[in-house]
Amino acid sequence: MSTLVIAEHDNNSIKPATLNTVAAAQAMGADVDILIAGADCAAAGTAAAAVAGVRKVLVADNAAYAHQLAENLALLIAELGADYDNILAPSTANGKNYLPRVAALLDVGQISDIISVESADTFKRPIYAGNIIATVQSSDAKKVITVRTTAFDGVADSGGSATIEAVDAAHDAGISSFISEEVAVSERPELTAADVIISGGRGMQNGENFAMLEAIADKLGAAVGASRAAVDAGFVPNDMQVGQTGKIVAPDLYIAVGISGAIQHLAGMKDSKVIVAINKDPDAPIFQVADYGLVADLFTAVPELDAAL
Amino acid sequence: MKVLVAVKRVVDYNVKVRAKADGTGADLNNVKMAINPFCEIAIEEAVRLKEAGVATEVIAVSIGDKSCQEQIRTALALGADRGIQVETDGSPEPLVVAKLLKGVIAKEEPQLVILGKQSIDGDNNQTGQMLGALTNMPQGTFASEIKVEGDKLNVTREIDGGLQTIALNLPAIVTTDLRLNEPRYASLPNIMKAKKKQLDVYTPADLGVEPSAHLTTVKVEPPAERQAGIIVESVEQLVDKLKNEAKVIS
Ligand SMILES: Cc1cc2nc3c(=O)[nH]c(=O)nc-3n(C[C@H](O)[C@H](O)[C@H](O)COP(=O)(O)OP(=O)(O)OC[C@H]3O[C@@H](n4cnc5c(N)ncnc54)[C@H](O)[C@@H]3O)c2cc1C
Ligand SMILES: Nc1ncnc2c1ncn2[C@@H]1O[C@H](COP(=O)(O)O)[C@@H](O)[C@H]1O
Repeated sequence: MSTLVIAEHDNNSIKPATLNTVAAAQAMGADVDILIAGADCAAAGTAAAAVAGVRKVLVADNAAYAHQLAENLALLIAELGADYDNILAPSTANGKNYLPRVAALLDVGQISDIISVESADTFKRPIYAGNIIATVQSSDAKKVITVRTTAFDGVADSGGSATIEAVDAAHDAGISSFISEEVAVSERPELTAADVIISGGRGMQNGENFAMLEAIADKLGAAVGASRAAVDAGFVPNDMQVGQTGKIVAPDLYIAVGISGAIQHLAGMKDSKVIVAINKDPDAPIFQVADYGLVADLFTAVPELDAAL
Repeated sequence: MKVLVAVKRVVDYNVKVRAKADGTGADLNNVKMAINPFCEIAIEEAVRLKEAGVATEVIAVSIGDKSCQEQIRTALALGADRGIQVETDGSPEPLVVAKLLKGVIAKEEPQLVILGKQSIDGDNNQTGQMLGALTNMPQGTFASEIKVEGDKLNVTREIDGGLQTIALNLPAIVTTDLRLNEPRYASLPNIMKAKKKQLDVYTPADLGVEPSAHLTTVKVEPPAERQAGIIVESVEQLVDKLKNEAKVIS
């Protein structure tokens, strides 16, 4: 039995999501190889070879994979995947984009967003915005799976000594091309990897007021998140959205400020270890999942919190 | 150009769905059903393309039992020109849906196919991408903006760090994200008109597809319940609890 993990990386280093996915792969009990597909990605390959418990790293270094275009990546992964029993990718925007395409090329189903491995063919996954946990069994010979990264503790990124193998296959489907990217650069940790998150909702009233949350985030080494309402209103960019259809997070501490706690928001944060809610409405549903609730106007409570830290 | 839109019948997004006590499935007795919110956005985008003179015809497709005709009618009321139902028992798995949609594409030859990024019941987020693989069409998933530029489609996509813009050859597949547009409401006259619009029904056999099963649900259960929390009286007490009880800040 062998498993191919598709790495999330930036050509120079591997992202933490890769380590969580390797953990899920190891739980399936097979040999684990990692694929780095990118352009000028040798450094990411070296980083992957150091990951604990990995057998082999395949490095597909080609301009066709530079921007992770799904059309090209899927052809590559489907070809390499022929030799594997399982193909796993993290449930990131990227993994969600290319992996179903791989599954269809291989004529198998995909199991999305698994949160546990019950056996080699049986997994748990949330459905209905996490209000139900389904145990599903796959009858496909090959398992194609995306992994909810917050559900698996990442393996160590050092101590391994995998062999590195270059992959020559150059697949350019020729039907899509990259134009541009606007990626926010921030000194703060990434939402999905942060130990502490402070999120704002519609109650924040505008984007400028998020500076109050940023000040606290800087003191706590936290990431800043948001509800959909805050993103839709244009307070903050889309990549800050936490929820069923945004990012799924599970930090040690999640502080929700001016967020009501809609089903779709809870789906993205209710597995956090400790939840704090600051809301002026005592009946807001967020209080039903909060370990510590503070019924207060955020415009007084947040500056007070900042001062107290 | 012809635009095909896939619409799915799902539980209304306001319903908090629970597992049946016997663990066999979701309890969907008497719950309100609706068009998947992402599919509503897909229809809206197609109708706007028609209003802008870019699309010539908008076809809404749904796969499921007869009840999904209700969602097709909603799509028609929102501005789609005609509908297609592919008759199956309930909604099949994404790979099967993709194969059936491929069959519809072979008949209709649309230049653009718009799907939701995710159905809010199964939360799979697979069908559009699978359809792309099966038809060898490029995909613009999680789209927050689309623009037809000559024989190409430019798609701005919501990615983890921000936004990415790609160019796709037509015909192409798009899956919608929340910020692509804000769907309109259907007006009463349009709801009446929708009743008279053409709605064709196909079987999987008509499309040359033999539905397959890849996944079985062994059981369902509720997620772990969180312990009830407390209401603190002040910021001072909150900070004290976080430091000394939860020990999550120092
Ligand atoms: C298909 C679909 C997918 C969705 N996906 C997501 C998702 O991924 N993530 C997500 O977050 N939402 C998602 N939503 C939206 C979700 O249903 C809610 O609309 C949204 O979460 C509400 O955001 P909010 O809590 O910020 O706003 P509101 O519900 O408007 O709540 C604002 C809160 O702020 C409080 N408040 C206001 N002023 C103050 C003040 N001065 N001091 C203290 N408190 C104050 C109010 O009491 C209120 O509770 C989705 C919806 C759909 C249909
Ligand atoms: N039974 C169905 N009928 C029509 N469209 C569907 C069906 N199932 C999925 N889709 C389409 O595929 C999208 C993504 O669904 P999924 O891959 O199940 O998350 C939906 O938003 C629809 O556009």
